[in-house]
Amino acid sequence: MSFISRGFQRRQAPAAPSDRVPPGQYVTRDFPVLSAGPTPRIGLDDWRLELVGEVDQPLSWSWQEFTALPAEEITVDVHCVTKWSKLDTAWTGVPVDALLDGVETSAGFAVAHSYGGYTTNLPLDDLTGGKAWVAYRYDGEPLEPEHGGPARLLVPHLYFWKSAKWLRALELRADDAPGFWEGYGYHNYGDPWREQRYSGD
Amino acid sequence: MARAAVLRRLTWAIAEVVHLVDETPRVRSLTLDVPDWPGHLPGHHIDVRLTAEDGYQAGRQYSIATPTDGTRVTITVERLDDGEVSPYLTDVLEVGDSVELRGPIGGYFVWEPSRGGPLQLVAGGSGIAPLMAMLRARLQARSDVPVRMLLSWRSGEDVIYADELNAVARDATGIEITHTFTRSAPDGWTGRTGRLDREALAELAWTPSERPLAYVCGPTGLVEAVASALVDLGHDPGRVLAERFGPTGG
Repeated sequence: MSFISRGFQRRQAPAAPSDRVPPGQYVTRDFPVLSAGPTPRIGLDDWRLELVGEVDQPLSWSWQEFTALPAEEITVDVHCVTKWSKLDTAWTGVPVDALLDGVETSAGFAVAHSYGGYTTNLPLDDLTGGKAWVAYRYDGEPLEPEHGGPARLLVPHLYFWKSAKWLRALELRADDAPGFWEGYGYHNYGDPWREQRYSGD
Repeated sequence: MARAAVLRRLTWAIAEVVHLVDETPRVRSLTLDVPDWPGHLPGHHIDVRLTAEDGYQAGRQYSIATPTDGTRVTITVERLDDGEVSPYLTDVLEVGDSVELRGPIGGYFVWEPSRGGPLQLVAGGSGIAPLMAMLRARLQARSDVPVRMLLSWRSGEDVIYADELNAVARDATGIEITHTFTRSAPDGWTGRTGRLDREALAELAWTPSERPLAYVCGPTGLVEAVASALVDLGHDPGRVLAERFGPTGG
């Protein structure tokens, strides 16, 4: 440790054991909102979720069809690249595994597309194997628009910008393609435990 | 919108505090000299990292309040009493001290005169910082992009950059600045009070047919309300750019 900030010391006792909080993060109790534009308002009658790209046949769900899929209750910690972590967040969502059930694909990558135009990319392996959901309830209530409702991606093992709000489509791809923040220099993968905040970290 | 992405590795630099300005009782501007600073666009931010003697580290992000100026970078920090980083920056740091930082970060919420306008700037409290970088860049470049700036403050003592804003409002052409106070207005204030709601925006902001580029920055409540109202009024959501900070900005 070479640089010391004169007169700086920890002001708060650690709010959680260190194995719960990745390096450089602090724990918050409220739920900050971060997004780059206005919050899109999508009526449930108009809402659809699509699975497109490198698939044998594109799929699409209406709100009714989507919420009829078997859902799971998930309690996980989420970590935002702007340094806050929120522990034990409780969601209801459909596992991405269930959306991909029976789908033939040779894709290695995915891009999540949102209402409003946001995108984010991740390896397909990070969306499968019980690691990712499309969440539509938070703390027992319908997910509020400012937090990504009607439905958002939930990929808690990566920084939270990968958990695209207002999810509209999952595009499966043979090649990787940077999403919105990734194109502005944020890390392509975004593992909070390896502190992959920006390109080159 | 053209991307200004610079996909290079962001490395930590040790920056010296060269100038401090107490803007309000709670807000301080810090000018830092950053060796090898590559330059930035108005709207970019930096990561600041503090390290205690026992190795404990805490970091936060702060918007840059000035246009690119050699190796000088100025941030404007509001003290959050229960925060860990902001009270250090506002109360402990002195000229001659150093902090670690890296940047510039971002690239979407940025503006430079070549992007044109008209420019609609809307801020709540210390959310003015990145918009001030834009306003200052517009003045420095002697650009004629028309600007309307709407600023929401809790009270008179919370106004940041007050003298500079007053001078700009008085002297600059093509720049209109409107303040509103949501809790208590200064004595003798005959201007606006209350929140920047849909009605206020309909009256004060550029109209949708003028196709402004809108930048909205402040606490989540204000940004949600203003961005939604602009879209409701008919503005293109793709031309409404938002930067939000929550109460835990630290």
